[in-house]
Amino acid sequence: MTATVQTLEAMERPPVSMGSRLEGELLEVSMGPQHPSTHGVFRMNVALEGEIVRKLKPVFGYLHRNHEKIGENVSYLGSMPYTDRLDYFCSMTNNWAYALSVEKLAGIEVPERAEYLRIILAELTRLQNHVSLLGFLLNDMGAWGTPLMYAFREREKILDLFESLSGSRMMCDYMRFGGCRVDASPEWLARAKKIVDLFPRFVAELEQLIVGNEVVIARTHNVGKLSPELAISAGITGPMLRACGVNYDVRKVDGYGFYPRFRFRIPLGEHGDTYDRLMMRVLEMHESVGILKQAFEQVPAGPIINPKVKIRAFRPPVGEAYGRIEGPKGELGFYLISDGTPNPYRYRVRPPSFINLTVLEDLCLGHTVADVMVILGSIDIVMGEVDR
Amino acid sequence: MIGTGILKGMAVTARNFFGSYFDKERLITVQYPEERNPLPENYRNFPFLVYDMDPQAGLRCVACKICEKECPPQCIYIVKSEDKKPDYMGKPQFYPKIFDIDISVCMSCQICVEVCPFEAIKMDKDFELSRRERFDALLMRKEDLAKSNDYYRRISPTDAVEVDTKLAAAAEAAAKKKAAAPAAAKPATPATSPVSARASS
Repeated sequence: MTATVQTLEAMERPPVSMGSRLEGELLEVSMGPQHPSTHGVFRMNVALEGEIVRKLKPVFGYLHRNHEKIGENVSYLGSMPYTDRLDYFCSMTNNWAYALSVEKLAGIEVPERAEYLRIILAELTRLQNHVSLLGFLLNDMGAWGTPLMYAFREREKILDLFESLSGSRMMCDYMRFGGCRVDASPEWLARAKKIVDLFPRFVAELEQLIVGNEVVIARTHNVGKLSPELAISAGITGPMLRACGVNYDVRKVDGYGFYPRFRFRIPLGEHGDTYDRLMMRVLEMHESVGILKQAFEQVPAGPIINPKVKIRAFRPPVGEAYGRIEGPKGELGFYLISDGTPNPYRYRVRPPSFINLTVLEDLCLGHTVADVMVILGSIDIVMGEVDR
Repeated sequence: MIGTGILKGMAVTARNFFGSYFDKERLITVQYPEERNPLPENYRNFPFLVYDMDPQAGLRCVACKICEKECPPQCIYIVKSEDKKPDYMGKPQFYPKIFDIDISVCMSCQICVEVCPFEAIKMDKDFELSRRERFDALLMRKEDLAKSNDYYRRISPTDAVEVDTKLAAAAEAAAKKKAAAPAAAKPATPATSPVSARASS
């Protein structure tokens, strides 16, 4: 009898490593999936030594919706509304990336006016994405609500533009293969121009909140440094890569759409820390405003959709294509294989925020738990795109 | 000096706070059920079926099932009739015996509207759709979906005029074709019946 009791005790006794953890060496904390600062249902298993992160394991998949499999089971056009739901902040750029890859696959020409409208909408999307990112980031740093509300006030103006053009604020479903769905009226363009003209005033206001603020500087300088070597080998794209000083922008590299016709600069960071990533967004907004102003001047009259493209029973020729654009979060690509049927044989998304998230552990090691939230915020993820 | 950055930021928030007392532009919210922002004309929510004259016999839908096939989330269910009956232009056509749209599945993508060759399905602007029931209340039957052309003209005037002229031209062409035949149909006459209220379940 005594022997049995002893065995039970031995079984219940935690293993040696666990025992040492309880003594305070490493503490495992599960952050998320319902954590307010994780921007969705995202979990991180963090091993802490005191307050310092020693190990971090991201856990995704809570929002998995079978996006790619659905894409293989619906027609080419049927995937278009689903792409809105990938990164629900930037449905316009998602639409464009998908339309671009199908246009590559089927060799479809896009009318000039449609290309300009696409650029206008993509840059408006970039503005509203960056503005809400900055709001969320300040929210993560403890500036509760106020900057986020300012950001959302401006974002809402742009979303109103999207709504009056496409019919929906966020699920725009606006682009079609070979053009756009609805034409922008002159009133709409005038309204958009007015909003864009006033936008730098708001960016200046936001800069005043961020740039010299001692709290922001203390929380972001030298936090989450990313080296250019690691960034390149991990496939990081977008503002996060440019914050490390790597000059890579798909708008310049590929020159898709009519971007080669526009004059704009690529802002580059120096240190690759969170502050650089934050300022990268501010500088990109200035450049986007510049592109928009040029686009409003140049936008020509004409048709908005290629009339040769069939809506019903659209069948691209056998082949494969990869179309990519510079989304607000990074390189967004769609890879399609066609076997000549109305559905794609393979439909693959290259989501920027998922790939940018892979370096999270490298960024967070050695920092405190509170910094993890700021670093995660500066990566700019949307779980709809990460989990798909 | 340390703290100047924070003070600058405080100046921004103070300007926004006090500015809202003097500048109406800064007050951007509305008190929703009492005040409403006007909906843009392109606003879309869920599809409905257009009819001319009679709510059931006047449905433009001929049950060709294209929308059912193209709908990405497959929320449309159609059963075609066995018999034919005259449509709004007097031409014998099939009609949908059952036409259901589960608007709890619908994602308002407007693809059904784009693929419809008969201008029979259009997007509605009604967004106050909450229901007390747990099941089936958002499954719209043919009767709930049928709305008059007058209603369509009211909610999206620009598009409706376009559709009306297109249909009138098509009917004229058809009438010319069989010039000898008695002109049974005068198309796109404005329906006078009131907007069909959704069956309150």
